[in-house]
Amino acid sequence: MTDDRNRSRREVLKLLAAGSGLLVFPLGTLLAGEREAAGDGARAPYWAYAVDTTRCIGCCACMRACRDENDVTAGVFRTWVERYRIGFDGEVRVDAATDNGYVFEPAAGEVARAFFVPKLCNHCEKSVCNQVCPVGAAFNTPDGVVLVDQKHCIGCGYCVQACPYGSRFIDPKTHKAGKCTFCYHRLAEGLAPACVHACPREARIFGDLNDPHSKLSVLLRQRHYRLLKPELGTHPKCYYLELDREVV
Amino acid sequence: MIVLYPYITGLVAGAFIVSSLYHVFGRTELRAVARFSLASAFVFLLFAPLPLLMHLGQPQRAFNIMITPNFSSAMAGFGFIYAGYLIVVVMEIWFVMRHSFIERARGAGPIAWLCRIILLGNAHEDDATRAADHRIARFLAGLGIPMACLLHGYVGFLFGSLKANPWWSTPLMFVIFIFSAIVSGIAVLIFHYMVVARLNGWRLDQPCVRSLAKYLWGFMIIAVALELLEVMSIAYKQTEEWEVLGMLIREKLFVSYVVLQYLVFSLIPFFLLGINSLFSLRDRVANAMVWTAATMLLVQVLLMRWNVVVGGQLVSKSMRGFTDYFPGLWEKEGIAVAVVIFTLPFGILWVFNKIVPLFPEAVPRGGSASGTK
Ligand code: SF4
Ligand code: SF4
Repeated sequence: MTDDRNRSRREVLKLLAAGSGLLVFPLGTLLAGEREAAGDGARAPYWAYAVDTTRCIGCCACMRACRDENDVTAGVFRTWVERYRIGFDGEVRVDAATDNGYVFEPAAGEVARAFFVPKLCNHCEKSVCNQVCPVGAAFNTPDGVVLVDQKHCIGCGYCVQACPYGSRFIDPKTHKAGKCTFCYHRLAEGLAPACVHACPREARIFGDLNDPHSKLSVLLRQRHYRLLKPELGTHPKCYYLELDREVV
Repeated sequence: MIVLYPYITGLVAGAFIVSSLYHVFGRTELRAVARFSLASAFVFLLFAPLPLLMHLGQPQRAFNIMITPNFSSAMAGFGFIYAGYLIVVVMEIWFVMRHSFIERARGAGPIAWLCRIILLGNAHEDDATRAADHRIARFLAGLGIPMACLLHGYVGFLFGSLKANPWWSTPLMFVIFIFSAIVSGIAVLIFHYMVVARLNGWRLDQPCVRSLAKYLWGFMIIAVALELLEVMSIAYKQTEEWEVLGMLIREKLFVSYVVLQYLVFSLIPFFLLGINSLFSLRDRVANAMVWTAATMLLVQVLLMRWNVVVGGQLVSKSMRGFTDYFPGLWEKEGIAVAVVIFTLPFGILWVFNKIVPLFPEAVPRGGSASGTK
């Protein structure tokens, strides 16, 4: 319901933007690049995220940046980095870094290939968390971000169960649902999310889907990408560039 | 804690259905437990939301579910379904037991006072009112059946509707829940009735016990068969899901699911009840078997809830590997609290019985022996 509303609203905004675009066209194109994370222009942004799995080196700077920026309670994660190690026998071993990085135990058998997969909330267009929240505390913003209204959440944890990506948790301190917000407070100031800012390898890319010239839109046109569990119909908005087939 | 919630609502639905078998479908052999089952449904219903409240991070906001519901959420229905059902059950109790309340209200003392309050000043009684009470109670009992199924089917739907979880996400879930609810409801009635009768030295109403045992047998077969069919169809299809679910069953849940839930606590009661239904045994032996089977089935349904609820959460969302879970003894959602929540209804039933007798027709045991254990 809300999704459809959001979408039709977006369409209206788009129309409006197109209409006014005729007037402000030259200025609009000039500023488009700068406005990537501003969201205050004529064109309403629709935020999305991409992860370049070929670039991630598992340094976990993003995780630390997220914790600092959002004061995330110890023991839970808004974003995390999974390490995949696949043996010659095809066995897949997955673990995630803790605050102290990865555990390096002696490899059991030879590793055929290995890579890192950063994960976070997919800010699904048709988010199940939003669908199942009994009090409507989980919601999708018109600019494509999934948030939790901390004043309404009753901490039932149903959304935690419903999210197919394990992106949500019940915060041990506030006893309410917690999750990635795309650093909404930073977006309001025209800044990219902290994890994107912190990544030394540009493995995390953030941008406006409504802007065909944003870095994100360009990458999605040029590279192969996959979504996580697309079959569930959640329409996730985290695009995984060159994702290995073993990751679901 | 969330294991206890479907368990208790299951007991409610099951006990209510037994009482309706008597009130609506005229199964007169169940007369001995008719009142008792209705009262059991009521007290368990009172306690059903407690585990939920214990589970909420912000229990003080619980009523928001009804004030600002989000209708796309399955959970938002809880408050309304629950409240509606509670009203039906309370009204049915009132009409069924009005007669007893009137009798008790005649005397003096606090209980009489209480009964007068419960009666809301309506202590008039003659043949016409009695007939009217009966008709209304019957109507309410009839109305209650779909509501009981709704209440519990809905609990199943809460789990079944989560597409994120392959162990839960099946349309069969709510049917399975309804049948296992009936099983647990009948089982708890048999268990409790026999214990109470034993303690008070009453003679058991044999036709009633036999009939309950047959119902229990029938419903448990349906419940177990449905569950097995569900797992088997996933297993047979060998889809991607089975890779992780098969591992879940083989490794994580092997003991609690395969060994305990099916092999021990389903198979043994199945044989006990089957033998009991097919052959006519001596009362004493039969009762012992039925009691054992009922007790085991109570455990079986609890195990089933555990395996569903906890099992589903063991699968990690990346579909690789599992997590572990074991409840602590003293934490907010731990074992101690669970035990307390589960024993309280029995205490309330005891108090209830002090106000209006739940077994008005109990006969003290004569010389003839009809033991329960
Ligand atoms: S990834 Fe999970 S928490 Fe994020 S929008 Fe989708 S369903 Fe909601
Ligand atoms: S935990 Fe909060 S946000 Fe999540 S479903 Fe419950 S009330 Fe909604």
